[in-house]
Amino acid sequence: MPATSFDIPLQAYLVLAALLFCTGVWGLINSRNAVRVLMCIELMLNAVNINLMAFSSYIDGQQIRGQVFTIFVITVAAAEAAVGLAILLSLYRNRETVDMERFNLLRW
Amino acid sequence: MTIASVTQLICFVVLSLTLVVGSLGVVLLPNIVYSAFLLAGVFLSVAGLYLMLNASFVAAAQVLVYVGAVNVLILFAIMLVNKKEEMAEIPGLLLRRVLSGAVCLGLFLLILRVDLTTPWAVPGPAPLADDSALLIGIHLFSDYLLPFELASVLLLMAMIGAIVLARRDVFSSDVITGEAADQGLLEKERTPLLLESTAGETTLLEKV
Repeated sequence: MPATSFDIPLQAYLVLAALLFCTGVWGLINSRNAVRVLMCIELMLNAVNINLMAFSSYIDGQQIRGQVFTIFVITVAAAEAAVGLAILLSLYRNRETVDMERFNLLRW
Repeated sequence: MTIASVTQLICFVVLSLTLVVGSLGVVLLPNIVYSAFLLAGVFLSVAGLYLMLNASFVAAAQVLVYVGAVNVLILFAIMLVNKKEEMAEIPGLLLRRVLSGAVCLGLFLLILRVDLTTPWAVPGPAPLADDSALLIGIHLFSDYLLPFELASVLLLMAMIGAIVLARRDVFSSDVITGEAADQGLLEKERTPLLLESTAGETTLLEKV
């Protein structure tokens, strides 16, 4: 039996990733809670990763450069989550809130 | 249809349903703790999709890094900032939600059209079955060596940055009086800076 018989078309993965990405974008715009904003960023990064992995498996099966790229994206996402949550903690300590609408220190 | 392809199809449908419902729950649920646990479900189903794409190493990395580290970090952040607070009403919130929903729907339709009309070069070369971890290792230490080393520097920077940003300020000597600060300062409740600009200024003036 071959490793993948490709019964599922590539487009199915791409549409799934598009749906996940758009959900993440909507949540990123509309979330009031800063922690939820960080979660939505993770959702969007995962959507991009699904795209990379699907292309890597379907089109670049011998070199799998997409998988290497996904490893780097996961690394950067982990660093981003750590620094983002540290910034959030520092903000919460100063402002006593996690409401995105009240984080307007740098506006004017 | 062979039994293998039917199994593959069932796995894909179950994983994508978990993914879509979980991500909608992450965005829409009012309780953020539920959102965080649903986010773990989303990460796990993405790892399942990676397994279906013959990428066992990346699936393991996804489970370890996202579910094991990022999601636990998010849960800790929720526990640290979990104060019941009433968000002040904003005028035009519903309009903003509808408008951004329309924009996101348009973005989705655009990506959908690109996905479905582009003639992808499938099927490509036959995928590797079990050698993906080996090949990723070869890539990481030959043609992707520089990004690999840069990633290690980035992780070090992120670690130091997170520590610097999240720790409480401890001064070896008091800034104003000049005498040595006691250890009680470690857990002293700090006056919230910039909460109200006038209040912060008055407390500063009183200290001086």
